[in-house]
Amino acid sequence: MKLSRSQIQERIGDKLLSLMATGAMLFLYIPVLVLIVFSFNDNRSLTLPLRGFTLKWYEKFLSNTDMLTAIGNSLYVASVATVITIVIGTVAAFALDRVVFPGKTVFRRLVLLPIALPGIITGISMLNMFKLMGINLSLETVILGHATGLVAIVVTQVFARLQRFNRRIEEASSDLGARPWQTFCYVTLPNLRSALIGSALLSFTVSFDEIPVTFFLTGRDNTLPMYIYSTLRRGITPEINAVGTVIVVLSLGLIVLSVYLLRESAKE
Amino acid sequence: MKESTRRKITSFSLVSAPFVWILVFLFIPYIVMFTYSFYVKKYPTFIPAFEFVNYIAIVSDPQYYQILFRTARIAFMVAGSALLIAYPLAYFLVFKIRSDKLRAALYMAVIVPLWVSYLLRAYTWKTILGSEGILNSLLVWSGFLDAPTDIFLYNQFSMVVTLTYIFVPFMVMPIYMALEKIPGSMVEASKDLGVGPFRTFLRVTLPLSMPGVIAGATFTICLTFGDFVAAFLVGGPNGAMIATIIQSQFGATLNWPLGAALSIVMLVIVLSIISLSDRLERSGHIDLG
Repeated sequence: MKLSRSQIQERIGDKLLSLMATGAMLFLYIPVLVLIVFSFNDNRSLTLPLRGFTLKWYEKFLSNTDMLTAIGNSLYVASVATVITIVIGTVAAFALDRVVFPGKTVFRRLVLLPIALPGIITGISMLNMFKLMGINLSLETVILGHATGLVAIVVTQVFARLQRFNRRIEEASSDLGARPWQTFCYVTLPNLRSALIGSALLSFTVSFDEIPVTFFLTGRDNTLPMYIYSTLRRGITPEINAVGTVIVVLSLGLIVLSVYLLRESAKE
Repeated sequence: MKESTRRKITSFSLVSAPFVWILVFLFIPYIVMFTYSFYVKKYPTFIPAFEFVNYIAIVSDPQYYQILFRTARIAFMVAGSALLIAYPLAYFLVFKIRSDKLRAALYMAVIVPLWVSYLLRAYTWKTILGSEGILNSLLVWSGFLDAPTDIFLYNQFSMVVTLTYIFVPFMVMPIYMALEKIPGSMVEASKDLGVGPFRTFLRVTLPLSMPGVIAGATFTICLTFGDFVAAFLVGGPNGAMIATIIQSQFGATLNWPLGAALSIVMLVIVLSIISLSDRLERSGHIDLG
């Protein structure tokens, strides 16, 4: 059977397309593989050919007390910032969904601004205010910065869930004699569960890995990304690959879980 | 207390917590930054004033406007190369993968790196492109090169590659969503009318996916404007971006008013790009009813 011209065109197009798509996927994942492979390579310099398997770079970073302190700082910052941002973001989403108040449009725009603007602007504007108020920089100012920047993530996710939420369930609950707080705790919140957990995981990961805001708001204490950033001035070592592999693998896990939960919440 | 008053107080406190937060940590900082941009540098810090010296410096000193142009040029190159990589990928995922589960999994695999450490994703390119890096050692080892070359790192090329790598997911996401919305019947109709697949793509699919392309380009351009991490890692001595200059005003150079003014300029540029793309998206919007 002879192929028509458009069938030939389509076949060539398909081949080309799958080639380009494969290329794009390789482009996205080869660097990640490179990061991981060289964390196990028994060579101080990051060059080919590979020289054999070792865990010494992992041992090295696990015995580096500065790095461990930085990890501890990052865990502290990310957890507190996540809790604050979840509370503020959820309340803001409720306000946007259910309450009519003056300046609502302005409020929504302001809340969502940090998603659109580069982090450096959030960082510098807050730095300027802290300086004006005479507040010393510390991990706590970093937390305030992260919480402010991350509120937008929580607001968008929780707001989207609330928009699809059937208010009749709440009415039914109050008709059955539940007090407002009971309805909220036993009816409304459980329905928001996947949106809340999903955006909390996302906020935690983003805060843990954050640089632009942290850079301007941190005092003497370093978070893990800031510690890595400062050691990179002195050059690259496989130790960075080892800690990087741990961060990337854990972040990937948390994000996949979060995206899955947020998708479930979109289906509910 | 009456039920209605109580409800009013409840809803007031409901709104006020995030409102106070946003006012104190978002709105006021912007105002302070704007105010600082009119202050004047005076050793060792700066003094309150209402002068335009910082803005005048930005438009008259070539050091600043040249870096603004350089940043814009890199931003457009990043958006262009991200588009070339992202569009075929998004198209392939939407139209060529039959299984819903596989498509969802692959889409997730593309999007997830977006949230994973920006620093490490830039760092790994530094280890790949360096003169003692992985690409060089591969080329020497395999006999393509006699000696390592330093043409890969610390130039415009390494900036564009690294930033493209970081922002590709931002490009795939909106294009994927735009392509997904195109009804199969439109493409079928074009085929039934005897239009070849290539022209169908040019006349039907591509125009309908333009809102996604515009959204993706907006993301990548705005984010490139804010980058100083990739510039620090792979940009080299002449690789300063506008964000690098801003960053140094708050560090070694210590000229906060100038840094604030440059931030305001960046803010205005980014917000104009966003509103321009909003308008473009709306004017190019074709209602499929």
